Amino acid sequence: MKSALRIACSRSHLQQVRDFVRTYLSHRQLPEVAVNQIVLAIDEVVANFIIHANGEDETQFLDLKLDFKEKELNVEIADHGNTIYLPGPHQTPNLRDYIQQGRKGGMGMTLVNRLMDKVEFFTRGNHTVCHLSKHLA
Amino acid sequence: MKVTAQPSADTLTLILDGELDASSAIVLDTELAKPDILEYRKVLVDCAKLSYISSAGLGVFISHLQRFQDAHVKLVFFNMQEKVFNVFEILGLDALMTIVPSATEAEAA
Repeated sequence: MKSALRIACSRSHLQQVRDFVRTYLSHRQLPEVAVNQIVLAIDEVVANFIIHANGEDETQFLDLKLDFKEKELNVEIADHGNTIYLPGPHQTPNLRDYIQQGRKGGMGMTLVNRLMDKVEFFTRGNHTVCHLSKHLA
Repeated sequence: MKVTAQPSADTLTLILDGELDASSAIVLDTELAKPDILEYRKVLVDCAKLSYISSAGLGVFISHLQRFQDAHVKLVFFNMQEKVFNVFEILGLDALMTIVPSATEAEAA
């Protein structure tokens, strides 16, 4: 079972990331909604790294690692770009304001924080790493 | 992601097929940004074949909602898969948008 994936920083690779996560989880007999929630959380973090940390520079790359043991899923997303990307403290968005303002963005990390049990961003050398975890009954 | 537009009298039905993410959201954004969409009374979004939505996809709908409301165009989602509806629910968007189970209810909304 493939548990690691490297992609270049292009949003065209997001489909590949989602397919990789779905395939990894496909033998775990998890409900479809639960699988989708994990896929979504990883997709959001990867999209942020690609778009906001790396400016869609396809010469940069990300490494994903998945580990599922004793009903605990651990995900590591390592950005090999040279920009440190550490999202600030999470704030709950006011969606009525977003609608009035016609805002397109600003909900991705809210989803990630609501979907996963633990969300951590930290530095490793000159790079940023995101660790996500979730207990899956 | 494929978006098919089916006009019928005062209603435009948009049929979404595929996965709506940060890569494909532009396709939907282009469709919703067309000026003549505001000439319809209702825009119905058929989500039966929408198998995934990320915040980028939700953001496209949110960014056009006020414009639709100002023009008195009702935006109604129907036939939404449970896993997709769950994403709207997690953010509380199910309370801010009109989501109904079927085409019949969408037409009556």
